[in-house]
Amino acid sequence: MAAIIETKQLTHIYSQGTPFEHTALDSVDFSAERGEYLAVIGRTGSGKSTLIQHLNGLLKPTSGQVLFNGTDIWESKDLTRQVRCQVGLVFQYPEYQLFEETVYQDIAFGPKNMGLDADEVDRRVKQSARFVGLEPGVLEKSPFDLSGGQKRRVAIAGVIAMEPQVLVLDEPTAGLDPSGSARILDNIRTYHQEKNACIILVSHSMEEVAREAERLVVIHRGTIPFSGPPEAVFAHGEELETMGLGVPAMTRVFARLRSMGVDLPASVYTIPQAREAVLSALHRKEGT
Amino acid sequence: MALRDITLGQYFPGSSPIHTLDPRAKLVAMICYIVALFLGKWFVTYAILLLALAAVVKVSTVKPKALVRGLKPVVFILVFTAVLNIFYTPGEALASFWIFTVTKEGILHAFFMVVRIIMLITCTFLLTYTTSPLALTDGLESLMGPLKKIHVPVHELSMMMSIALRFIPTLIEETDKIMSAQKARGADFDSGNLIQRAKALIPLLVPLFISAFRRADELATAMECRCYHGGEGRTRMKQLHYRPGDVLFMLGALALAVGIGVLGHWGL
Ligand SMILES: Nc1ncnc2c1ncn2[C@@H]1O[C@H](COP(=O)(O)OP(=O)(O)OP(=O)(O)O)[C@@H](O)[C@H]1O
Ligand SMILES: [Mg+2]
Repeated sequence: MAAIIETKQLTHIYSQGTPFEHTALDSVDFSAERGEYLAVIGRTGSGKSTLIQHLNGLLKPTSGQVLFNGTDIWESKDLTRQVRCQVGLVFQYPEYQLFEETVYQDIAFGPKNMGLDADEVDRRVKQSARFVGLEPGVLEKSPFDLSGGQKRRVAIAGVIAMEPQVLVLDEPTAGLDPSGSARILDNIRTYHQEKNACIILVSHSMEEVAREAERLVVIHRGTIPFSGPPEAVFAHGEELETMGLGVPAMTRVFARLRSMGVDLPASVYTIPQAREAVLSALHRKEGT
Repeated sequence: MALRDITLGQYFPGSSPIHTLDPRAKLVAMICYIVALFLGKWFVTYAILLLALAAVVKVSTVKPKALVRGLKPVVFILVFTAVLNIFYTPGEALASFWIFTVTKEGILHAFFMVVRIIMLITCTFLLTYTTSPLALTDGLESLMGPLKKIHVPVHELSMMMSIALRFIPTLIEETDKIMSAQKARGADFDSGNLIQRAKALIPLLVPLFISAFRRADELATAMECRCYHGGEGRTRMKQLHYRPGDVLFMLGALALAVGIGVLGHWGL
């Protein structure tokens, strides 16, 4: 399958030429395929937000390229804007960026900018509000009168209303309670399945990404040391630990058991998998 | 990002001799220098002033590039001043069309004016680049201390200034963030005519004001929680002390001002 979005040797240096110069990304090759559910993980300050802001042309690469469907998004001004509507980006703590008078207008901001007619805008606003589970009454309220979790959902609805092919979310569950974050993750999964959209989820919770994503991309100090399906990534348990990223609790338990000499696979990260592994190990033991 | 390049009021930490000078010494020297700028008359005086400034920049290890960047926002003012001066200074006419006359005096005047403004801005930027906002306001408060006698609220003024300085970068950052968020949803700040662009800025100002007020409120609460009640009876953790270097620096600047004054008087 062809990559829908990819970066080639992407380097980004903040405040170049001042004493605050900081290389946030260093020759990063990243790619995401059509319809893929991908997670980007890395500790605080590793460059996750910087990377994803390149994907829809908010940050301009210091050097290197960002390709959308094979063309450089910086080729022309029009193209950059077009890409911004097709690669939807939900920022970290998006609730601080609501600005319209009513929730309805805020969600309509994106579709309106795309030049859609009033009926279509209305349809999309209502649909995406329903999608993230906002009650119809909320639409006429001021965004500033909502709770934190509601604001977050409004912000996500505002991006989903543009019906992007690629949906990028920067830590959408940060600071929410377990039920609030489960709900948002549910919405994202549904969007992924219904629209066959490519999802790029930024997170630093290993449990979360292990549950949700098909492929993980690890970022460490502006580079990608490894990427692949969760099993493959978590097999690098020790390296992940030195990068300040814990592996899921189950994986850690299994690593301990292995170091104690128990014959178990290293790539276990959820409780069902753990159960399977333990059962099959017990079977083997009985067999011998 | 164009906004990020605004370096107004930014401090570049360092350990050069200029960085470690007493803020009061730097303030006094800057005032002397600005006075000297207005006493200068001709190439000789400006050459000396430029040399002095260059020497301080060199010692301060501030990159000239950073200083040039600071000049970008005032290019318009510079051009405006130059044009006004070229056309509105009476003297020996060089060329004229319609109601405009270009004079030799005008060109010279415009040139000196622009040089003067550039040096003025560079020298103030040099001060903010090498002095932390905190040190700067401490210095100001201490210099203005005598005004307390005539009931000028010196402490309150300097507190207001330090808060303002502290929040300029924060506000710029915030603007940038909100702009990015709106761009991500297809907002267009860079094309269209002036009216369209101005309109695109309105949805930017609303969240900015709201967050500024929220911040102000939070800051006030935080200050009250730490029992802040104005300047009365407050002592400082870091006392300012003049050292021989500071005195020397101030005397140097004073000598420069006097020297330029004398040279300027002779028309140089
Ligand atoms: N505007 C900026 N100017 C200068 N440096 C920046 C800027 N934004 C980020 N950085 C630096 O770049 C690095 C990467 O930042 P980034 O925001 O991409 O991290 P992150 O992985 O998203 O972290 P977090 O998990 O905390 O969101 C950090 O070291 C940060 O200090
Ligand atoms: Mg981030």
